Amino acid sequence: MALTLGELSARDLRRHLARGLDLRTGPFRFLIRSRREEVARGLERLYPDFPLEVDGFRDFHIRIDAVAGPRRCYKPQCNFWHDEHAPFKPLPLDHAFPLLEWGMNWCIAGYAQHYLMLHAAVLERHGRAVILPGDPGAGKSTLTAALALSGWRLLSDEITLIDRVDGHIVPLARPISLKNQSIALIREAFPQAVIGDTALDTHKGSVAHLRPPPNSVARMSEKARPAHIVFPRWRAETTARLTRHSKADAFIHAATHGFNYSLQGRLGFELNAALIDACTCWDFEYSRLEEALAAFEELVA
Amino acid sequence: MNPACASFLLALREPGAMAEFDARTWDCVVRLARACGLLGRLGAQAAGFHERLPPAVWRHLEAALTLAEQQRRAVHWELVQLSFDLEGIAGPVVLLKGAAYAAADLPPAAGRIFTDIDLLLPRAQMDATEAALMLGGWITSPHDAYDLRYYREWMHELPPMQHIRRQTWLDVHHNLLPESARRQTRPELILSASVPLPGFPRFRIPAPVDLVLHSATHLFHEGEWQHGLRDLADLDALLRAYGSEPAFWGRLLSRAAELNLGRPLYYALRYARRLLQTPIPEEAIANCPERPCSLSAAVMDVLFLPAFASAHAECRSVLSRPAAFALYVRSHWLRMPLHLLLPHLLRKAFKTEA
Repeated sequence: MALTLGELSARDLRRHLARGLDLRTGPFRFLIRSRREEVARGLERLYPDFPLEVDGFRDFHIRIDAVAGPRRCYKPQCNFWHDEHAPFKPLPLDHAFPLLEWGMNWCIAGYAQHYLMLHAAVLERHGRAVILPGDPGAGKSTLTAALALSGWRLLSDEITLIDRVDGHIVPLARPISLKNQSIALIREAFPQAVIGDTALDTHKGSVAHLRPPPNSVARMSEKARPAHIVFPRWRAETTARLTRHSKADAFIHAATHGFNYSLQGRLGFELNAALIDACTCWDFEYSRLEEALAAFEELVA
Repeated sequence: MNPACASFLLALREPGAMAEFDARTWDCVVRLARACGLLGRLGAQAAGFHERLPPAVWRHLEAALTLAEQQRRAVHWELVQLSFDLEGIAGPVVLLKGAAYAAADLPPAAGRIFTDIDLLLPRAQMDATEAALMLGGWITSPHDAYDLRYYREWMHELPPMQHIRRQTWLDVHHNLLPESARRQTRPELILSASVPLPGFPRFRIPAPVDLVLHSATHLFHEGEWQHGLRDLADLDALLRAYGSEPAFWGRLLSRAAELNLGRPLYYALRYARRLLQTPIPEEAIANCPERPCSLSAAVMDVLFLPAFASAHAECRSVLSRPAAFALYVRSHWLRMPLHLLLPHLLRKAFKTEA
């Protein structure tokens, strides 16, 4: 049985992290290096169930550290490095943990071209995966968090990975990124939720991450069969309602919101078509989480 | 040379060796190959026996191949579009480097990625070509008046153009080397010896010897060494493909003399053989026009060999960065005479702050 991150003492975690913490998430291994306390604290709270690996081949070598230079004294910043390359502009130091999450997403979205990748959250219950494509502001992450905290298996919050061979969904089980009001909303609805530090004034507003359920992490090598695609929309004062969404439109949406649909060429078309064929497609309007959870339960009953 | 770098070069020369690499070696080799832009090439070379590689490694090579394949499709589509834009231009339009390899499916194309399309046209057609491209939606990237003048007066190409919708970058050349460069060649000979490109009647590609000479000239006049090894691997692939025909080598040497490109060819042959063990006949190196004296060859070894290894920390030595910097300075020295270069560099130095 591999060691998990949570089994490391606080000191060992920081020592590992300074040299390179070898973490596995779904099919990927990340060697994470950082001397930032924000990063150590974030990993400690949100990744305790993830297995650590030793030696061998890592998919991504990444680093989050303070940026050197005179700016350090009056307005310190941090940056993300993939191997030797820094793809982003530096951010304020207290955004170090969200920067790690964005950096990991960037690695996967940029290099995992051996999957078809959709910009969507995905969860599973009773062996059936539900894909939630997310237009910003549609309430995708809030819904994802609520489902994950209500017994659904979290596969991914941001990137849906489709196996090119069998069309099944490959989990990542990484933390869910909550924004602005949904941080307080989830805290209130689920007092047991473990949420990391809130980073204020990021380009997405306030951001905090939710720890993925331990059971989702334990099952992160288990693929899931796609069954539904649900386009969520939060609307004040409405009752939860599922209505059919046209398959043709769902196809176009998945194609245009994919990370690498056109890159896959003909195979991208075929995988996307098979995905839409295998799924029932829905529009979903909701305002209250309890109603939303009940509607989703019915979907996979 | 350190073990990671040695394994990487071994993988390029003898693909079969990849089946024996352990996970720790791969951890370095994949990063080196990615930094050099050669991950797709390793993928193409390993495709036949990929089940003997660790699955986690093969996924990365496969991903790089997927990207290369998409670029190949994109270039084909872009050439169809460009054929319309350049319909009314008289004379040959010759594809260079990556686009030529991809469109003609030449050996270096396997798994190769590139960032722009390079064209070569007669100098007399520059104005008409630029106008036709602008009508087709290609716009000159924003430059100040000084930069525009720099390109138009001294360089061998128009300022880079980008398509307004498709975002593709296009470099339109009328020469292989800058107008102001110390070395001058004869682009009209390359144009007139170019051969038709099957499937794309509007375009031509350079003759095999000219493909090699252009690749060599580009590499050994270049100041950016991040992709040095990638360019050397292109040369290796071309030389392996064409070199099996015995008459090729004699033609290559006489063409180098004719185009005044003997020195870059000499370096290309020397380092392809040294680093990638490209099969090159001894006489080809011995009879290369403009062969440098042994002292200057030794000095160049001190610069080029570490510079080829400058792409990644896993293979850099203490010499790599100084060598790459020295070659960067050399590339400017080759590009412009001092009375143009000094004001140019001063201007650049102060402009970055603006």
